[in-house]
Amino acid sequence: MPNEILNVVALQKFFFTTQGTVRAVDRVSFSITENETLGLVGESGSGKSTVAYTVVGIYAPTDGKIYFRGEDRSQPVAKRPKSLKRAIQIVFQDPGTSLNPRRTIKQILELPLKVHHLTAGDRKLEVANLLRRVELPADYMYKSPHMLGGGERQMVAIARALATEPKLIILDEPTSALDVSIQAKIINMLIKFQEEMNLSYLFITHDLSLMRNVATRVAIMYLGKICEVAYTAEFFRNPLHPYTKMLLSSIPVVLEEEEELKPTKVISKGEIPSPVNVPPGCSFHTRCPVRKEICMQADPEMVEASEGHFVRCHLVSGQEAVASS
Amino acid sequence: MPAPLLKIEDLHVEFKVYEGVLRVLNGVQLIVNPGERVGLVGEAGCGKTTTMKCILQILPSPPSRTTEGRIFFNERDIRQMKAHEIQDVRGKGISMIFQDPTAALNPVFSIGDQLTTVIRCNSRTTLSKKGIHQRAITALREVQLPDPNRIFDGYPIQLSGGMRQRVCIAMALATEPELLIADEPTTSLDVTIQDQILRLLNELVDEHGTSVIFITHSLGVVREMADRVYVMYAGCIVEGAEKSELFSDPLHPYTRGLMSAVPKLTGGGIAEGIPGRIPDYLDPPSGCRFHPRCPYATEECKAERPELTRIRGSHEVACFAVERGEINAQ
Ligand SMILES: Nc1ncnc2c1ncn2[C@@H]1O[C@H](COP(=O)(O)OP(=O)(O)OP(=O)(O)O)[C@@H](O)[C@H]1O
Ligand SMILES: Nc1ncnc2c1ncn2[C@@H]1O[C@H](COP(=O)(O)OP(=O)(O)O)[C@@H](O)[C@H]1O
Ligand SMILES: [Mg+2]
Ligand SMILES: [Mg+2]
Repeated sequence: MPNEILNVVALQKFFFTTQGTVRAVDRVSFSITENETLGLVGESGSGKSTVAYTVVGIYAPTDGKIYFRGEDRSQPVAKRPKSLKRAIQIVFQDPGTSLNPRRTIKQILELPLKVHHLTAGDRKLEVANLLRRVELPADYMYKSPHMLGGGERQMVAIARALATEPKLIILDEPTSALDVSIQAKIINMLIKFQEEMNLSYLFITHDLSLMRNVATRVAIMYLGKICEVAYTAEFFRNPLHPYTKMLLSSIPVVLEEEEELKPTKVISKGEIPSPVNVPPGCSFHTRCPVRKEICMQADPEMVEASEGHFVRCHLVSGQEAVASS
Repeated sequence: MPAPLLKIEDLHVEFKVYEGVLRVLNGVQLIVNPGERVGLVGEAGCGKTTTMKCILQILPSPPSRTTEGRIFFNERDIRQMKAHEIQDVRGKGISMIFQDPTAALNPVFSIGDQLTTVIRCNSRTTLSKKGIHQRAITALREVQLPDPNRIFDGYPIQLSGGMRQRVCIAMALATEPELLIADEPTTSLDVTIQDQILRLLNELVDEHGTSVIFITHSLGVVREMADRVYVMYAGCIVEGAEKSELFSDPLHPYTRGLMSAVPKLTGGGIAEGIPGRIPDYLDPPSGCRFHPRCPYATEECKAERPELTRIRGSHEVACFAVERGEINAQ
């Protein structure tokens, strides 16, 4: 059994607004083992960032448990010990706003090093070292964030996360705002750091093609719930949930070989409902091309269709029931 | 071969800003034939939107200045046209759909108000009030919006991003333009909604026989939407070819780098990408603007700007390494 780093159990995060209750994350469970990348994929508003913010402690969970290396860490960030804050880091989508524009890169990267009680000279060396690791020139420490390109700012954000020697880094769409030619460099760097530092990643994105190349396992989120999880190769070879199939067949690709890997066209229809008015039963039923009567009434349970491949769909669990009876 | 519907020759556009002059467009040249769907692909800031705004003559001036170039629409240079002629081109000849459908719609007018205004001002024939209303409802139905009558009376904020983009498409096509310019129309949308909008656009332009310039930063999207594709880098067209040829036999080092950097569903990891970043337009590189990032760069590339040169058929490339025979077509 590989070392479990993070275990999230029936996590719930609701926002109570004047418009009603936003069921942003509704009983989401997943785990991440050492050195693993879990890709959390979903369309906008599906609750990916809310999961991320709850795991790092920016939000307190409405219900459910977060275990980090076996210990219950469901408490909000203010009550978390420093060591835990250092062990779980987060990198945001927009490197422009996540770095303080009034600070130099040196000041930004020094902050997480403060606990080490280093001398000024040693801190400077350490900052230069961090910059070198993300392949930026040492004299960048005297620049401020707005003088850097989007890709370079994201490298600084990654360097800041690495500075505390974390075990788990949550990457919330780290390359969505960047061009693909820049994305490639950042992704390869992240893969290198993972190997060097034995890191685990919770990698949030809406890009399934990217996850094919980066994730150990892929989880699909829809309206606050996970609807399918599987090991990457299995996930792309044998997608089971109708929503996964719709997503996969909607992806524009560049190669004929990729076209052949897409499931037979599942015509995308309808729009994502609001998380304030989650449809009853299976929340995907309003857009599902294969829905049955039961899908409008009962929310399906997660079942293990094959080893490590979990799906939350009546059509799949129905077959399971038939097969096992 | 009929005359091109649109022909841009050697277009240079700069912006005067506080820090100096941004020399953005550097000899853009492209052609759209009647009935053709042309893709324009390039990364953020390469000048795609600037080129399109220049066609429609809607670049703010100052700060912009078109220093050189000709833009022929139906064989007449838009830059030489009188104000009312340009107005005609904008209203009846060319329509545009923008990336952000929220900004494109006015929040204080109803969808119906905005749609009927566009139809009334730009229709080729004079229509009755009832005729205009009918045309608007038909346009909303055409973009597959549910309950067009309700949408007609509604306001933009009541619609989702995907529905707003459908309204923008309805407005752009309601005047039956000869050329539709779609500037990243799905970039702000989710992939399943993008899929719906792309299918819709393809159906509609097929039906109406509209010519299209489809702008995107995504090679995957351009592959769905274009017959012929131009690749743009730092204010220059670096390559153009029939879609199938561009994807099977890209020649320009930038096109190749971009192609290999796209994550593939087939897996196998991500290629290294392209070193460096796009140049600063205040002080763009001499010669070929791609040379500081190019593995093939020589003194020649630093000194001179390569011309877009025909390789075969409609495949053209602006690259000295191709001319020198260091990169060969298959
Ligand atoms: N602080 C908040 N108060 C109220 N509602 C919120 C809050 N944060 C998020 N939500 C809502 O919860 C839902 C999930 O949001 P979240 O940001 O987690 O989605 P996401 O999957 O990260 O989307 P995106 O891809 O757009 O980043 C959305 O409907 C959002 O509007
Ligand atoms: N009004 C303007 N003033 C100053 N610079 C501008 C203006 N419009 C565009 N630019 C600059 O021109 C370059 C090309 O921009 P744009 O045409 O919007 O690129 P794209 O659409 O390919 O992303 C960018 O560097 C941008 O900052
Ligand atoms: Mg998010
Ligand atoms: Mg643009």
